[in-house]
Amino acid sequence: MKIKKDAMAGTLESSDLLVKVSPNTGIEIVINSDVNKQFGDQIRTVVDQTLNDLNVTDGLIIIDDKGALDCAIKARVQCAVLRGAEEENLDWSKLL
Amino acid sequence: MTTSLNKKIDDLLRQHPDLKNITPFVDANATTPYLKDESKYTRKLCDSIEQAIKKCELRDGMTISFHHAFREGDKVINKVVETISNLGIKNLTLASSSLLSCNSALIPHIEAGVITKIYTSGLRGKLADAISHGLMENPVHIHSHGGRVKLIQSGEINIDIAFLAVSTADEQGNANGVSGKSQCGALGYAMVDAQFAKKVVLLTEDIVGYPNHPASIRQDQVDYIVKVDEVGDPTKISVGAARITSNPRELMIARYAADVIEYSGYFKDGFSIQTGSGASSTAATRFLENRMRAKNITASFALGGITASIVDLHEKGLVKRLLDTQSFDGTAGQSLGKNRDHIEVSTNVYANPASKGASVDELDIVILSALEIDLDYNVNVLTGSDGVMRGASGGHCDTAAGANLTIIVAPLIRSRIPTVIKKVTTLVTPGESVDVLVTDHGIAVNPNRPEIAERLKAANLPIMTIEELYQRAVSLTGEPKPIEFEDKIVGVVHFRDGSVIDVVRQVKD
Repeated sequence: MKIKKDAMAGTLESSDLLVKVSPNTGIEIVINSDVNKQFGDQIRTVVDQTLNDLNVTDGLIIIDDKGALDCAIKARVQCAVLRGAEEENLDWSKLL
Repeated sequence: MTTSLNKKIDDLLRQHPDLKNITPFVDANATTPYLKDESKYTRKLCDSIEQAIKKCELRDGMTISFHHAFREGDKVINKVVETISNLGIKNLTLASSSLLSCNSALIPHIEAGVITKIYTSGLRGKLADAISHGLMENPVHIHSHGGRVKLIQSGEINIDIAFLAVSTADEQGNANGVSGKSQCGALGYAMVDAQFAKKVVLLTEDIVGYPNHPASIRQDQVDYIVKVDEVGDPTKISVGAARITSNPRELMIARYAADVIEYSGYFKDGFSIQTGSGASSTAATRFLENRMRAKNITASFALGGITASIVDLHEKGLVKRLLDTQSFDGTAGQSLGKNRDHIEVSTNVYANPASKGASVDELDIVILSALEIDLDYNVNVLTGSDGVMRGASGGHCDTAAGANLTIIVAPLIRSRIPTVIKKVTTLVTPGESVDVLVTDHGIAVNPNRPEIAERLKAANLPIMTIEELYQRAVSLTGEPKPIEFEDKIVGVVHFRDGSVIDVVRQVKD
């Protein structure tokens, strides 16, 4: 999936996260998290996995995490990427 | 001395040489020179904080104390320390009954060496963050409210000058927190400092006619009185830890806690209760009224930490007496002023294990919060799971030890941080004092209280083991990576008896 324009998903509320995506050559991921010390590695794994499942190979992904659970991280990343990719025809099975 | 007295004294000393240390009479006002003129009315009044500090002869290395009854609205601690700093005095020990987010203004005075040692119940905000990251050379000493009095009695905290914010005082120093413009309610902490400090300075917005009544702090304890523009903002007492909640999850936990109380075996006519700070804890009171009416029982007393919801039960006749060492909101403060059976108690009476009688010993039920609780029911209310100090010992270990039924209320997870964990980051209250854990996902009972577990199961409450709650938490959040600490110790945690129960190390970044 190709990120064609800037897009966002999520909020800065506690237990949520804000995901910003932009077009880029190559993949670049920046994660800031309130729970980075305890969960930084796990958050990175979920983000990588989610981008991988969507076949995102290029893009700047900036995440501001306020202690969201994995399910919320996955959903927000998917949403931001889909908005940025202006994808009309979704393969829903890939989003599970 | 007159000639005739001279001869009498000579005769006395010749016949009774053991009386050689007697003082011969000089004149009627030898020890009370202010009675010779009208200065007796103004002798304690100071024009400024600076003048009071000078009259008390504050010097390098001394210990100054404060109370925190205005909580986040305090206007005295920062102001006095700033004044001391401007006078060039250094190397002081700060013994405030607690410090809150509003005290971040102390950071530059710590950096400048004005304050080099701290005793407090807790730390929050930027000050807590800075100290957790190694701001001070000496570790901060954390004590409980009862334990503070024990440390003062034993001399480990040796207060030279107490600077005490009061709502009104008269010219002799009779003072309270229930009259005047800015009312903080009970002066339970200040009463102890007024008793033990070598010098006592009152700060007040309002100097009233003599004799001021009621007198929580009495004239025979007070050296100086300073009129200041503001002592504190009462509207900020009930923010932060002492807030009122409308959060449905916190209310759900509070309702479970009320269920636990109802079926615990301690919900009988004449029972007693305390609700600690923390949203779910104070909210539990609101669910008790109907249950008390349904069973036709009333409580003999509530202790605390008194809140508006406790006052409400009192005014409805459901709680006979309130013993109040700190009023958690404006309503509680006003009630202390007007309700005869709302009684102010010092923290010595409230919770000191070394006092001749502590009210916590009479408690049936206490509801307390936790930042973390581990599989052995040990509780941390001081450090966050990132290792940074952000809470207070308060009356936690005092009331947990004293009460027959100690209930901890906490959400199972806070954002992604599990509350139930394998081992607490910092130990404040040992698990042996904790009986029941109430979370939004279920209730766990300490295995050393099987009779309570049986009663709660019989009432169809969602009882789980604490291990099951732990598994549930980490299934949602994942297993947290252990926090890394430096070797340097930044905090020493005292148990209520003064012994050291844990230390806090500097967090690694």
